Amino acid sequence: AVSLPFAVGQCGNQVGCRFWDLALREHAAVNKKGIYDEALSSFFRNVDTRSGDNGPDIYRGKICSLKARALLIDMEEGVVNEILQGPLRDVFDSKQLITDVSGSGNNWAVGHKIYGCRYRENIVEKLRKTAEHCDCLQCFFIIHSMGGGTGSGLGTFVLNLLEEEFPEVYRFVTSVYPSGEDDVITSPYNSVLAMKELNEHADCVLPIENESLFEIVNKIHQMISSGKLGSTVKQNSLVTSSAGSAKTVPEKPFDEMNNIVANLLLNLTSSARFEGSLNMDLNEISMNLVPFPRLHYLVSSLTPLYTLADVNVPCRRLDQMFSDAFSRDHQLIQADPKHSLYLACALLVRGNVQVSDLRRNIERLKPSLHFVSWNQEGWKTGLCSVPPVGHSHSLLALANNTCVKPTFIELKDRFMKLYKKKAHLHHYLQIDGMEQSCFSEAISSLSDLIEEYNELDATKGGPRIDPSRLKIAV
Amino acid sequence: YCVHGPRHKEAIMELVQREAERCDRLGGFFTIMSMAGGTGSGLGAFVTQCLRDAFPTSFILNHLIWPYGTGEVIVQNYNSVLTLSHLYHSSDALLVHENDVIHKICAQLMNIKQISFRDVNQVIAHQLGSVFQPTHLAGGGSGYSRNPLGDLLESLVPHPEFRMLGLRNIPQMAESSLPYSAFSWPGLLKHLRQMLIANAQMEEGIDWQVRPPQPGSSMPCTNKPLHFNTSIANLLILRGKDVHSVELGSFQDPSLYTSWLNPQDAFTAWKTPRAFNKYEKSAALVSNSQFLLKPLDSIVGKAWNMFASKAYLHQYTKFGIQEEDFLDCFTTLEQVISSYTNL
Repeated sequence: AVSLPFAVGQCGNQVGCRFWDLALREHAAVNKKGIYDEALSSFFRNVDTRSGDNGPDIYRGKICSLKARALLIDMEEGVVNEILQGPLRDVFDSKQLITDVSGSGNNWAVGHKIYGCRYRENIVEKLRKTAEHCDCLQCFFIIHSMGGGTGSGLGTFVLNLLEEEFPEVYRFVTSVYPSGEDDVITSPYNSVLAMKELNEHADCVLPIENESLFEIVNKIHQMISSGKLGSTVKQNSLVTSSAGSAKTVPEKPFDEMNNIVANLLLNLTSSARFEGSLNMDLNEISMNLVPFPRLHYLVSSLTPLYTLADVNVPCRRLDQMFSDAFSRDHQLIQADPKHSLYLACALLVRGNVQVSDLRRNIERLKPSLHFVSWNQEGWKTGLCSVPPVGHSHSLLALANNTCVKPTFIELKDRFMKLYKKKAHLHHYLQIDGMEQSCFSEAISSLSDLIEEYNELDATKGGPRIDPSRLKIAV
Repeated sequence: YCVHGPRHKEAIMELVQREAERCDRLGGFFTIMSMAGGTGSGLGAFVTQCLRDAFPTSFILNHLIWPYGTGEVIVQNYNSVLTLSHLYHSSDALLVHENDVIHKICAQLMNIKQISFRDVNQVIAHQLGSVFQPTHLAGGGSGYSRNPLGDLLESLVPHPEFRMLGLRNIPQMAESSLPYSAFSWPGLLKHLRQMLIANAQMEEGIDWQVRPPQPGSSMPCTNKPLHFNTSIANLLILRGKDVHSVELGSFQDPSLYTSWLNPQDAFTAWKTPRAFNKYEKSAALVSNSQFLLKPLDSIVGKAWNMFASKAYLHQYTKFGIQEEDFLDCFTTLEQVISSYTNL
């Protein structure tokens, strides 16, 4: 089953680059013989390049040349060019790239309306070509940021396009939300305009906040430098690390943060690529975690953040991993799921973990979590036997939880601050196809979403009244 | 049920037809599936329907895995309700294994520390083997019985409303303990009988206080203690040494059963002197009784609770299962619950 990632915009492509790098590292660690296997085929094609780049696909046997199944879209050339000159240059070919020169000027409207229109056909054609090479296309991943112009505007344009052209394929979106101190002034506009699209056209959204990634990176640095850890940390096990991958240049500032997101995507798709005793495909995630169509925002957390080098894994460490997954400082957005309301929760475990470990920890943690009344046992679980590089086991938790609400409320507040003064509005309204109503509809959509979460929160802690059952005449 | 079933029906039925034609004598169909997921449950229910349509006079027994109560799949209760109600219309009987029960057996009887699905499946396979491995004809003839599926259904399902079959076995222990254990038939059967009466899930922790109601009561229904497990029919399978001299009268006690059948008809025994899977003596009990009443009621209750809030319904309506279909399923199962409750 194939998952097709689209990286759109600068952030999207920088994350995407880390993702492909770490994916190769992960597969290299598992695939010792260099055989093109099913696990590899979910992200890579195997191409016979002896006759040039347009060689035929090879479906089994030794690896010849791996090409990523992906589309890289950016309206500036900088990031994509860097990728094409770097160690990953052979993993992509020109048919997978869509670039322009001048960028979107941090303007959602430029990305969505102007570039969307200009590149629509190009995108559809390349999309179809890429999809043709896939045996069984299960889902699309869009990786982008919400605050800029390309990722946010063109990214959501692509989302719409995917729904039109491939309605049965699931659309997962990994969105990096701007923080309060974001350096792009118009990021609230861009984010809210993009949110409307996510509300209406995405199947599942995994929001990420830079602040949280930053805090995790700092935490790791502190742990390492404080020398609190007796033994050394396995370098390649850091969730922020590029160690062992293709990068030869020193790491750039966002690399560590982007590695976390890349690891999120790797863990999310691990069960679809590697074997395990309880497989969890991406369509199952969408099915189990989205009880109502619009409530499809999932808070994610990854543990452990690192592994100590020389330690066998006692039970306690395993249990600690589960506890950490629910703690505030492991979440990838600024949120505290423990004190809000769960609609549903998924646990994707990798490595040498069995069903009894899973059950024990669910039993242990359940009492401290609040689940909505009609989903008291709302757990979806998956067990994948192959752990990530450098670890003996790991856990990805996905929560459909009302703790996303504050992120959305803050976004709305920042939007209103600008909108009330009509600041920078003319940059948007002068674009063909943009009207005031685009803004009012977008903020309305966001408000409605917040209201839905409010209604659910209101039920928290209230008396539990089970609806009466059907009566049967005896 | 709605997408993959119709799409692959032809290919599946062609395979089935080919296998069926190869059989000297088709004893029936035994489908192994779970209720919680999507393929086993939905496609399984669809295929069972197709089998019923294509082979109207064949026996169909469905082996069902009941999911863990605390969730493997969030929509498992919906899937279970849909599966059970559909199977009730096309299958002859449902033989159930509950993950929670088997898990407990692994933990307490087998002493496995880190239980994997492999361990769970091993126990399930053992229990199935102790039912379906060949046994001798009841009349004491020397041949093996040729129609186990049919015989099983004939003994256990006298009425189409009652198709839920549970399975208990004794002994069950870690292989390493076997050399140190000695068994006697009276001991094994005494425990097994109490497991039946008290609805115990395994041979440890049996409630010995539960007793069948006294004979001669004027109103048997109200006098039955609430946690006494009433049976419609039972099938006992004995394997191992000295099996022909075993005393089975305790299982023919009329107070264990409803009044519809003679105890002689309600109880059947299969035997073979051949030991199974390293147990010198072992007994398996397949029971059509109130074993599954509580689990069934629990699943229906949780599914109903979720249904009332309309959660996840859009995921089903998108593919062709409407709210009315759900209601039909709930109605079917409430009927089954009511029937079993009023035994």
